[in-house]
Amino acid sequence: MITFNQVSKRYSSGFEALKQVSFELEKGEMAFLTGHSGAGKSTLLKLIAAIERPNSGSVLVNNQNVSALKRAALPYLRRNLGIIFQDHKLLFDRNVFDNVLLPLQICGFDHRESSKRVRAALDKVGLLKREKTNPIALSGGEQQRLCIARAIVNRPSILLADEPTGNLDAEYAQEIMNIFKSFHQVGVTLLISTHDAGVLRDNQIRVIALKQGEIQTSTATPISDEQHVEQTCLPTHPATEENEPA
Amino acid sequence: MMHALAQKFSTLLIAFRRIFASPVAGILNILVIGIALSLPTGMYLLLQNAQGLVAQISGAPQISLFLAMDTTQEEAGKLRKQLGQHNRIANAEFISRGLALEKLKESTGLEDVIAGLGNNPLPDAYIITPKQTDAKSLEDLRNELQRLPAVEHAQLDSAWAYKMEALLEFARIAVLILASLLSLGLIAITFNTIRLQILTQDDEIQVSGLIGATDAFIRRPFLYFGAMQGLIGGIAAWLIIAISLLFLKAPLATLSQLYASNFTLHPLSMADSFSLLLFSVYLGWLGAWLSVGRHLSRMAH
Repeated sequence: MITFNQVSKRYSSGFEALKQVSFELEKGEMAFLTGHSGAGKSTLLKLIAAIERPNSGSVLVNNQNVSALKRAALPYLRRNLGIIFQDHKLLFDRNVFDNVLLPLQICGFDHRESSKRVRAALDKVGLLKREKTNPIALSGGEQQRLCIARAIVNRPSILLADEPTGNLDAEYAQEIMNIFKSFHQVGVTLLISTHDAGVLRDNQIRVIALKQGEIQTSTATPISDEQHVEQTCLPTHPATEENEPA
Repeated sequence: MMHALAQKFSTLLIAFRRIFASPVAGILNILVIGIALSLPTGMYLLLQNAQGLVAQISGAPQISLFLAMDTTQEEAGKLRKQLGQHNRIANAEFISRGLALEKLKESTGLEDVIAGLGNNPLPDAYIITPKQTDAKSLEDLRNELQRLPAVEHAQLDSAWAYKMEALLEFARIAVLILASLLSLGLIAITFNTIRLQILTQDDEIQVSGLIGATDAFIRRPFLYFGAMQGLIGGIAAWLIIAISLLFLKAPLATLSQLYASNFTLHPLSMADSFSLLLFSVYLGWLGAWLSVGRHLSRMAH
């Protein structure tokens, strides 16, 4: 479903975000993308959605080389992806319902069908009762769930999430993870970047670990606690603080 | 199909609401557009009226031949023959001095003055309609006729009309220049309004792009806004002109009566009104298109 072939990305500032990254994510697979901040997690996700373009190598999504896509073709790639942004990117000039409606408006769904889908998506993330609320009045966890609802309302086959549990406490984080797992169960391909040790420990899922722009490990089996301590920066988890790598 | 139309219509409604979202700014913009458009349109209208007036008064160019007062019957007969056979004259109409006096009385309303004159001061005359009507051949023919023995004076009636025509041509180009400049101004106004709007809606544009909106989708509400603002500005211009004409009507009627003419200002024709609105819609749309286009190409880099 998603294939990276020797992908390198250098920003115009000269910073090398990704170096010769290769990996493959099967259809229906779910994986965590881990690493320090600055390890290249966000860049990797942006390359999949063609928000950034690689300097070399190729990124294939659905056997389509997205790094070579023309600008005019990008919208149609992105409609097939659900993206959960690190900074949420919610619109505060409209209510919860209209935020989730936006992707459907863009795709040109008719009014009745889109209302149905918006409510279904809000129900899935437990925000159905808040549809008239302005997102600014939502808690951090609720905003995150709203962001998920907007990403899934279009029923994409691939879901990308950039630090979806970043500022949430453990309980909320696990709630979000459970939502992702339910998508995984219905065949959605998921790639979730995180540096949340708790999330990694509690979920037995494949981990792709990045370090300074290179893939360190890409395990098909869940990693042990010790391994991911070395690979990830874990500021939020008390158990790992003393072991944090220099 | 119906659904796509419904969606475009709701975008149109959003654009309309945005114009008056900040009423003062919205109305000021429309006023500026209205005034900018009404200036050249109003001048165009005055020009058209002036042109109509000139055409109405001057008609086809003619040469008046005034015969000497002491012309004999014999000389007059000879002249009639000469004029009848002249190959550059289409028609020569004889106006006797009696008839001329009658006409003068009728057309000017100076009966009292004329009655006070005692005897008729007017000479016999011919009104010559030439075959060629360009300025050069008219002047040549006039000179030739002036040299005929019985002719006291040959006068080219339409000389002033040609001068007027040249003046109008000058004014027409001036209006065209003014219209072009103000159109540029109108595009700039829309460009700037849309630019400010884009700034306030940058989040929406960014997010829309990230979740699969085409450029056309992002552009649409702004284009509709520009076109709508142009349309309302055009309507404002039309109203400004209509109201100005209303104010001008009474003084013009008085003036026209003083000159014993039945001249009235013609309002903008249906076709001209339609062109005005179409043009202002187009300018608004163009300004919006340029503004969003610039933003989108910046976003792409």
